[in-house]
Amino acid sequence: MGIITHIGRYFLLLKETFSSPERLSIYWRRTLEEMDLLGVKSVGIVALLSFFMGAVITIQTKTNIDSPLIQAWVVGFAARQSTILEFSPTIIALILAGKVGSNIAAEIGSMRVKEQIDALDIMGVNSAGYLILPKIVASMLINPFLVMVSMFLSIFGGYVAGTATGIISSTDYLQGIQTNFIPYHVTYALIKTVVFAFIIATVSAYQGYYTQGGTREVGISSTKAVVYSNVVILITNYALTQLLLI
Amino acid sequence: MIEVQGLSKRFGTTQVLTDISAVFHKGQVNQIIGKSGSGKSVLAKCMVGLHVPEEGKVLYEGNSFHDMDRVEMTKIRQEIGMLFQGSALFDSLTVLQNVMFPLQMFSKASKSEMEDRAHTCLDRVDIKDKDNLYPAELSGGMQKRVGIARAIAMNPKYLFCDEPNSGLDPQTSIVIDDLIKEITMEFNTTTIVITHDMNSVMETGENIIFINEGRKWWQGTRDELLNSDNKELNEFIFAGSLMRHVKKAMTGRS
Repeated sequence: MGIITHIGRYFLLLKETFSSPERLSIYWRRTLEEMDLLGVKSVGIVALLSFFMGAVITIQTKTNIDSPLIQAWVVGFAARQSTILEFSPTIIALILAGKVGSNIAAEIGSMRVKEQIDALDIMGVNSAGYLILPKIVASMLINPFLVMVSMFLSIFGGYVAGTATGIISSTDYLQGIQTNFIPYHVTYALIKTVVFAFIIATVSAYQGYYTQGGTREVGISSTKAVVYSNVVILITNYALTQLLLI
Repeated sequence: MIEVQGLSKRFGTTQVLTDISAVFHKGQVNQIIGKSGSGKSVLAKCMVGLHVPEEGKVLYEGNSFHDMDRVEMTKIRQEIGMLFQGSALFDSLTVLQNVMFPLQMFSKASKSEMEDRAHTCLDRVDIKDKDNLYPAELSGGMQKRVGIARAIAMNPKYLFCDEPNSGLDPQTSIVIDDLIKEITMEFNTTTIVITHDMNSVMETGENIIFINEGRKWWQGTRDELLNSDNKELNEFIFAGSLMRHVKKAMTGRS
């Protein structure tokens, strides 16, 4: 099947997904469940990854700009900027594409091969809306929270690594993370996060929804969900950066 | 009553169904029989709207299903109950939640009324004290019974059963067959059973349609089936020695 067909079918699925829900209360309850499953249960991995990501950024920045001409606080400044602008929104999105995206594709794909989606359709339930819409809404609501946690822990990880190893003083690091702070950069990061959340949920759901075959195909759909989500995230990241920052 | 008129379906270049016309009667167990790959499941899926046929019509009480708008189609679908080959129970929901699911989506009843209705349906299929178990914790036969309970939760006018006996031992198969027959009589549903289980055909089949190579080859009653001279039908029905003995015992012919 050609890429144009896939794109067309993806948008038709989105149209189905956003058509009016049968019972709003049930959709809302499912959205809360998905927020727990896709978001709250990802806090651990996001926290761990962000802390060490910040630590590595700080150490590498210090190693690469170790010059008497550059002030010490620049390390904190660089750690904050790279965390807020790129690492937290984009790297966390790529990680979530792996964790959450594969989960979405595998869950919906299994439902497809076990005829559970057919069962929903025959009952008269809009299966695309019932299964996918709560995941989209949940991801778009919870992912900005995850990225905020990531930003904080990454900068904190840089602080801990920098001061513990003695490569930067506490005062210099704190001065660096406060210097030339532009609040819009956080807004920019959160806009990216919401767009990436939409991409992860919809691309993965698309792969799962059109799974054909058995368990092997569910695995293939799951892998495709991660790969295609990552590709679309990286392309969109470039487009959004050009649109929002320049 | 459901009527199929001149229905044809193909996937890519493969013609799966060709010009099928048949009538499925109310209050009867109508059976679609045929070899694996003959197209009987595709016919059922066209009838419930999971596949769109290239040609032909499916009429529910005279109204063409595939010509309906979304609202009308949803209304008809709420009158359809379906038991799937693999039961298709929702893994993440308990037995009670599975049976309550269609009620929660479409009924305006209170939660306690929905629970009462779900318990009535579960009692009807003889499932007791399993409310909080998940489908994975049930045997194949129990899953089928819960599937039937879910299918009848909305008081369907049409009941579709796709290979209800597959994967079940002979005793459990008879229990499921009897249940389908009883429910058909009790609720006066138009029941369509897709099967290649000959015990099931002899036990419950009232209006039998034989599909071969994507075409309707034969239609008749159980008695007509035993006395038919149709070569392909006889080859299919009497492939096993047990059925040949049954035929001899019932008709005196081998």
